[in-house]
Amino acid sequence: MMTVKRAYSLEACIGAETDLTADTVIRAKGLDLTFQTGDGPVHALSNVDLDIGKGEFVSFIGPSGCGKTTFLRVIADLEQPTGGTITVNGMSPEEARRRRAYGYVFQAAALYPWRTIEKNVALPLEIMGVSAAEQRERVKRTLDLVNLSGFEKKFPWQLSGGMQQRASIARALAFDADLLLMDEPFGALDEIVRDHLNEQLLELWARTNKTICFVTHSIPEAVYLSTKIVVMSPRPGRVTDVIVSTLPKDRPLDIRESPEFLAIAHRVREGLRAGHSYED
Amino acid sequence: MTDRLRDKIIPVTAILAAIVVAWYAGSYAMNAPFQRDLDRRAGVTSTTWEFVAKTMSQPKPTLPAPHQVAVNFVENTFFRKLSSNRSLVYHAAVTLSSTVLGFAFGTILGIAIAVCIVHVVTLDRSLMPWIITSQTIPILALAPMIIVVLAAVGITGLIPKALISTYLSFFPVAVGMVKGLRSPELTHLDLMHTYHASPGQVFWKLRVPASVPFLFASMKVAVAASLVGAIVGELPTGAVAGIGSKLLSGSYYSQTIDMFAALVAGSVVAVLLVSLVGLAGRITERVMGGRPA
Ligand SMILES: Nc1ncnc2c1ncn2[C@@H]1O[C@H](COP(=O)(O)OP(=O)(O)O)[C@@H](O)[C@H]1O
Ligand SMILES: [Mg+2]
Repeated sequence: MMTVKRAYSLEACIGAETDLTADTVIRAKGLDLTFQTGDGPVHALSNVDLDIGKGEFVSFIGPSGCGKTTFLRVIADLEQPTGGTITVNGMSPEEARRRRAYGYVFQAAALYPWRTIEKNVALPLEIMGVSAAEQRERVKRTLDLVNLSGFEKKFPWQLSGGMQQRASIARALAFDADLLLMDEPFGALDEIVRDHLNEQLLELWARTNKTICFVTHSIPEAVYLSTKIVVMSPRPGRVTDVIVSTLPKDRPLDIRESPEFLAIAHRVREGLRAGHSYED
Repeated sequence: MTDRLRDKIIPVTAILAAIVVAWYAGSYAMNAPFQRDLDRRAGVTSTTWEFVAKTMSQPKPTLPAPHQVAVNFVENTFFRKLSSNRSLVYHAAVTLSSTVLGFAFGTILGIAIAVCIVHVVTLDRSLMPWIITSQTIPILALAPMIIVVLAAVGITGLIPKALISTYLSFFPVAVGMVKGLRSPELTHLDLMHTYHASPGQVFWKLRVPASVPFLFASMKVAVAASLVGAIVGELPTGAVAGIGSKLLSGSYYSQTIDMFAALVAGSVVAVLLVSLVGLAGRITERVMGGRPA
């Protein structure tokens, strides 16, 4: 109970801060989403209030079924909320989608198996009508960014899982959307590959100054990457804590052994536990 | 290589040998009564082996022995002028031409129907039952009608036969393509949605490439069905050429060996066509980045 109270007061002061900068990318107010299923309604999101500012790296963490994916899909206009409001860049999610405001990275790399890596990365560019010359240029640049130069002509099955996921990140970056939505992108990868990709992702974020929403199951991953950690709990899916990271922007991998890091991780763990205790 | 030998060649050869043995046994059993009759009338007595040999060398046996069929097939395939009415190559070519034409029509028609069904919701409900019903009408009943009706309006020759092939071959293609065009994974479709892609882009960049394996699988079935259609189409016309006409004239004159040889020719054509479509499918899939098996 204590933790949750502290969280809310912290959230209030973050709210003030983001209002000052006034660069809100995502603003959700009282967001609700109930799925009607054969076994009755599933309350996937309940009364979610959340502001995400420009350039933030926000992680969503919580047990499975707490609505992390659903929230990301609402932002992406892949699901329609049943209550409350949400804006993306000040517009409705649909309007934002029409303007190609975000790149979405799915849990599975979701590369088209009949396209080579470069053709996969070029897919959004083809659809958006980018000229062939610029396509080539951008594909090269984004593949460089995710360290996949030299694999342009390979087909997805010829790449390891980690490389496939990097290609799918490149695809989401190719058309220069300012918002990156990532749903457990590294969930299926082993820890070593994951560490490496986490490092690269941070580097990429620092270089491009994109806003990133990142779903994860892993507490260390969330703490290592984020400027803000949103702790969620299930039945109904809701936000139980919002933690603002005090870690510096520059984060070597061994920052994960620092007391500051461990303190934040501890608080996330407490938040997850508090979320669970509501059920009993 | 040894794996292939163990997994494929040995089992297949074993089955083949079993079939040949059963066939010889069958041909003895079916030809023996007539031969006994013949011998009795002629007053000949023969040893068992002589008798067995005679059951397998009748000019018009009830069931020809494998070697009789083989000899007839080889003679009429490799040692006849192509213009000869006895040449199986000639008859096969006639049947093949209407098969290929009908198969091409059928494939195009099947794809067109599938595209409509996938894109127009009302067609999905209204068209599919009719298509399924169409395939429940026995082709043997329908083929003469098609031939007669078209002949009445002055269309004869290749086209009516090809249309019967079309009738049989569009169905597997339509069903396979409906499945193929609907095969993209949900995330692949969601991805297109996030790009705000138009329905045309989703179709050409996602649904069509995803359907290719389904297309070739159904084309294999369709090409075999086309061949059946072409042969059936030759039966009621009293066609003078084609594998179907060979079968028909063979049955009129009890030339069972000729009939079986024509049947073998038909099977060879079927195997060739199916393998050709399979090969085209494999090449396409390789070009499309398919993982080598
Ligand atoms: N399309 C859907 N239809 C019905 N129920 C759904 C659908 N998508 C998700 N759910 C349900 O909503 C809840 C939240 O799901 P999800 O957002 O995927 O959770 P998470 O990503 O946190 O694991 C779960 O109980 C899930 O079963
Ligand atoms: Mg999820």
